[in-house]
Amino acid sequence: MNDQIRLVLNGAPRTLPPHQSPTTTLLDWLRAEGLTGAKEGCAEGDCGACTVVLEGADGARTPVNACLCVLGQLHGRAIRTVEGLGPQHTVPRALAEADATQCGFCTPGIVMSAWAHTREGGDPHEALAGNLCRCTGYRPILDAMARMQDDGAAPPAPMVPDSAKFGGFHLPASLDEALALRAVRPEALVLMGGTDLGLRFSEHREHPAQVLCLLNVAEMRGVEVRPTGLRIGAAASYAEWLRACRADAAWAPLVPYLARLGSRQIRGLGTVAGNLGTASPIGDALPVLLALGAVVEVAQLRGVRHIPVGEFLTGYRRNALVPEELIVAIHLPRPPEGAFLAAEKLSRRHDQDISAVSLAALITFEDGVVREARLAFGGMDATARRCAPAEAALRGRPLDDGALAGAGQALDFAPMADWRGSAEFRMEAARGLLRRLALRHAGLPAEIFA
Amino acid sequence: MMDGSSFRLKHAGQALRHDSALKHATGEARFLDDMPEPAGLLHAALVLSPLAHGRLDALDTQAAGAMPGVVRIITPQDIPGENDIAPIATGEVMLAEQMVEHHGQALAIVVAQTRDEALRAAAAVTAAITPLPPVLSIEEGLAREAWIIKPQTMVAGDAAAALEAAPHRLSGEFRAGGQEHFYLEGQIALAIPGEEEEMLVHSSTQHPTEVQHIVARVLGVPYHRVTVQCRRMGGAFGGKESNASWIAAAAALAARLTGRPVKLRLPRRADMAATGKRHPFLYRWKVGFDDAGRLLGLDALLAGDGGHSVDMSGGVVFRALTHALNCYGVPAHRITACAVKTNHVSNTAFRGFGGPQGALLMEEVLHAVAAHLGRDVDQVREANFASRTPYGQELDPSLTRRVLAEAKQDAGWEAKRAEIAAFNAAHPTLRRGLGSFVCAFGISFGIVHLNQAGALVHVYTDGSIRLAHGGTEMGQGLFIKVAQVVAEVFSVPVESVGLSATSTAEIPNTSATAASTGSDLNGWAAHAAATTLRERMAEVAAQHFGCPVEEVVFEDGQIFPGGAGSNKRLTFGELAKLCWKARVSLSATGFYKTPDIHWDATALKGEPFHYFTYGAAVAEVLLDTLTGEHRCLSAHLVQDCGRSLNPAIDLGQIEGAFVQGMGWLTTEELWWDGQGRQRTLGPSTYKIPGSRDVPPVLHTRLLAGSAGRARTLFRSKAVGEPPLLLATAVVNALRDAAGLVHLDLPATPERLLLNLKAIKSGP
Repeated sequence: MNDQIRLVLNGAPRTLPPHQSPTTTLLDWLRAEGLTGAKEGCAEGDCGACTVVLEGADGARTPVNACLCVLGQLHGRAIRTVEGLGPQHTVPRALAEADATQCGFCTPGIVMSAWAHTREGGDPHEALAGNLCRCTGYRPILDAMARMQDDGAAPPAPMVPDSAKFGGFHLPASLDEALALRAVRPEALVLMGGTDLGLRFSEHREHPAQVLCLLNVAEMRGVEVRPTGLRIGAAASYAEWLRACRADAAWAPLVPYLARLGSRQIRGLGTVAGNLGTASPIGDALPVLLALGAVVEVAQLRGVRHIPVGEFLTGYRRNALVPEELIVAIHLPRPPEGAFLAAEKLSRRHDQDISAVSLAALITFEDGVVREARLAFGGMDATARRCAPAEAALRGRPLDDGALAGAGQALDFAPMADWRGSAEFRMEAARGLLRRLALRHAGLPAEIFA
Repeated sequence: MMDGSSFRLKHAGQALRHDSALKHATGEARFLDDMPEPAGLLHAALVLSPLAHGRLDALDTQAAGAMPGVVRIITPQDIPGENDIAPIATGEVMLAEQMVEHHGQALAIVVAQTRDEALRAAAAVTAAITPLPPVLSIEEGLAREAWIIKPQTMVAGDAAAALEAAPHRLSGEFRAGGQEHFYLEGQIALAIPGEEEEMLVHSSTQHPTEVQHIVARVLGVPYHRVTVQCRRMGGAFGGKESNASWIAAAAALAARLTGRPVKLRLPRRADMAATGKRHPFLYRWKVGFDDAGRLLGLDALLAGDGGHSVDMSGGVVFRALTHALNCYGVPAHRITACAVKTNHVSNTAFRGFGGPQGALLMEEVLHAVAAHLGRDVDQVREANFASRTPYGQELDPSLTRRVLAEAKQDAGWEAKRAEIAAFNAAHPTLRRGLGSFVCAFGISFGIVHLNQAGALVHVYTDGSIRLAHGGTEMGQGLFIKVAQVVAEVFSVPVESVGLSATSTAEIPNTSATAASTGSDLNGWAAHAAATTLRERMAEVAAQHFGCPVEEVVFEDGQIFPGGAGSNKRLTFGELAKLCWKARVSLSATGFYKTPDIHWDATALKGEPFHYFTYGAAVAEVLLDTLTGEHRCLSAHLVQDCGRSLNPAIDLGQIEGAFVQGMGWLTTEELWWDGQGRQRTLGPSTYKIPGSRDVPPVLHTRLLAGSAGRARTLFRSKAVGEPPLLLATAVVNALRDAAGLVHLDLPATPERLLLNLKAIKSGP
């Protein structure tokens, strides 16, 4: 059992002193160490000025918000900060040479997102979604990124995630150990990536006495592809789920949707199980889980339960977990052959924004008309839920604009009004998202960022 | 005289990189919170009001005072000087006394050993407040005649009679929202007490002199006891003028009362709650016009939400009023502007300072007229371009026409129109739209006496130069531009000009770095200082060479007699050393005041601006009529920067301002609940543009061959604020895509969708 936090910082192994608080944020610790490149812009994981990169032993680079991570959860991880690239590195030089800095406060975070991007590739906007710049208008940043190349730097040596305990911060490595801890410490804060609960550390400056962090539990790690669907481990990040969807055409309709969930930084840490555990009313994953009929596998020492996700969510920030239970995995059934799967999100900003309204649809057909429709909405009620009257309105009809407009008239929601939208807007937008399904089904361009 | 209209420039005018660019990117550039902390440092946190309006009956600090690490809790009675942070007026409290006037108002300051302890204790202070009904809308403020700035009216002819007699009449009402600055670096100050009531204040401020004054006022000490420094800010945009001053004063007060250095860094939520924003505006207008779209009469009201105190609302109203007609003329008009008092945070300077709000008026008017007549809006624009502002200052309509024509040409306007029509006919629900915009933006502070600046230049005996001026660096590239000016005067590489933090100890009595005037004012002041030194050095060189002083040439770091036949030469460093040996001073101050500006605030007439800068834009948008979502597909911008001091820096200012303007007009919405509590207090709820929101085609061009006509520095023109207005083209493109004239701003998906629904269901 480890009782000191060990990590690798900019290539150098570090063992933190025993008195080091495990709930100090990575950002506070780095800055106290004199590494002031990473900055606090918001302390809520949205601006990206604190971005650093977790270096995987497989070479993967995961940008994360240092403001949301606490030291305890980073035990066994390798971290690189802007200081770890150095002034001769091509990534910072490319940004400077492209006039891509003005005030420069966001720049170290952008450097780190860009450095991860040179290895991870993909859409540069996706790479930058978690980094706000208020000065440049981004055009020169994107130009600089287009000219950057992977430096080929070797990954750090792998570290085996082991069981550890830093005072009241528990980092079990097996499910048995986790359940045993949960049984005796039902009051402990259960921590996954910390993209929601991390605000208690970063913004509210709390230091909970007991934390049960499950990121290293072997049975909870990874996304497993099975013939029946995906088993998403409770400790698997959104990034891992997205990677699995990108690898299999059956899940392709989810890719653009999941790629808009948070940012690369948030997806690198955040977990589906965390969203279910906090029963957030606005989790973008929830409508998808509902439409596909996902099942939540929960366990305690006395046994395992499998709960359909619709029954798991019991209300605003309430779920079906009893105090001694933990979520182990989410089972996501593969859509049936020939089914129509879609996921739609409406938010004020396309990237890195919480949806005002979201919709996931799984529709099966028989003889060219709808056999069964599963329509799940987020942002329309105290919790994400399906809409039976709209589903019924589609049954037996071809999936066209008329049928979907009719389903829109059958919505049985009385949505809330807040800064993300009035009730009237949410209703109108939910109807619009339903009608968009006809365009998708017909293979037409269906949205502005298509 | 090197006024630059024809002079070939070697250093000024070059597209040099921001002096800190590489340091920004490596993380070496130090912002205030990155500086090593002094020994014995304490941290402060603000206690903020949970309510928008009420009587402050009591503050319970007992529980908080007993919390770990707490050193002191400061309330208004503890202030040795005045509890007044007003930048221009008087009587604006730093800490609320009897009344709470807005949600997030500062009530007390907690000082503790660590920042976490200070924040936790601040959260534990409770206020007993008897709630009063808050005023939360401009309409209500108007109804109560609760003026922050009384209505001022510009009148020409008889607007009522002209409206009556006009062949066509239309009227309308619309709103534009406020805008949070969202500088990435939040408000921060570090105050270090010294001997005999001295206070050294490091502040992230656009206005070190104002920080000095407010700190001195709160502490009750003469200005000479307070020194304020700022090396760089992590963005400011107007938000670090008056607001930086009271944050610094709070830190200095805590430092005075504890005798120890104190840092105050606001968490983002506190920053967004407690500091002011761009003024929202309400517009009401009536217009009369003829069949050709010529405007004959206009009666308009522009009412700003000043928030709970004056702050700089007077200047914002001035600029809204002077830009309300933009580059257009209406022979008979009655245009009133004012700011009302509400229970919102006190609104303040924000890039454009009322100008962008003012210029929105004519866009709705012109689009309404065009729609009514079935004409293209650009025909209506053309019919109404002015050669003089309503307050009597000359405009250059040839430049207005030129920038608009060039933007349209760059965009391929006609071809785009056809392309868009074809797309709209083919797609069932997506709609494209095209919009134009042109503006003339006046450059100078609206208050005449603020148009002055100082600089201090030292030449050392190795030939290196130290430059100080009163301007502050917030990312806009002021330091490199002014260094280029000094390099130009001495004809030395810009690297020989060493930059320094802005300090009230070096340059006194400065104006804010604001109103786009930073490089105009400070550049001229530095030019004056450097020219004084160059003249002194030329005398010494002339003696050394034995030639007339007029013949001494400074070129590429060499000094030599210009006449034929001599091969004598000195390096700049050799000449500097020679001057020292000759006991000639190598230090000089420079001063500048903008010439020829005047304003009659009673008659609302005059020539308040040194010159106008012209800009135009064409934007193309794509709108989803099912959801109201939209994006800008392309933008073509042409901005008149005169003979640019640094085209790379100016390009960055134009692009950045355009995107920031897009945010203001489309995605950024401040939302208060029914009790007047601001609920958009972080980037998770307040959405500034991200990289994907920038149009994939963003084509920006500095107007070519347009050296300024006024006697500006090397015939350059200012650039900081004017291009923010160009984003108005995006709103106009949305009007086109949606088939709407009326559109409240910001044009969020919600506003577009509900407007489309209203059209569909008919009047």
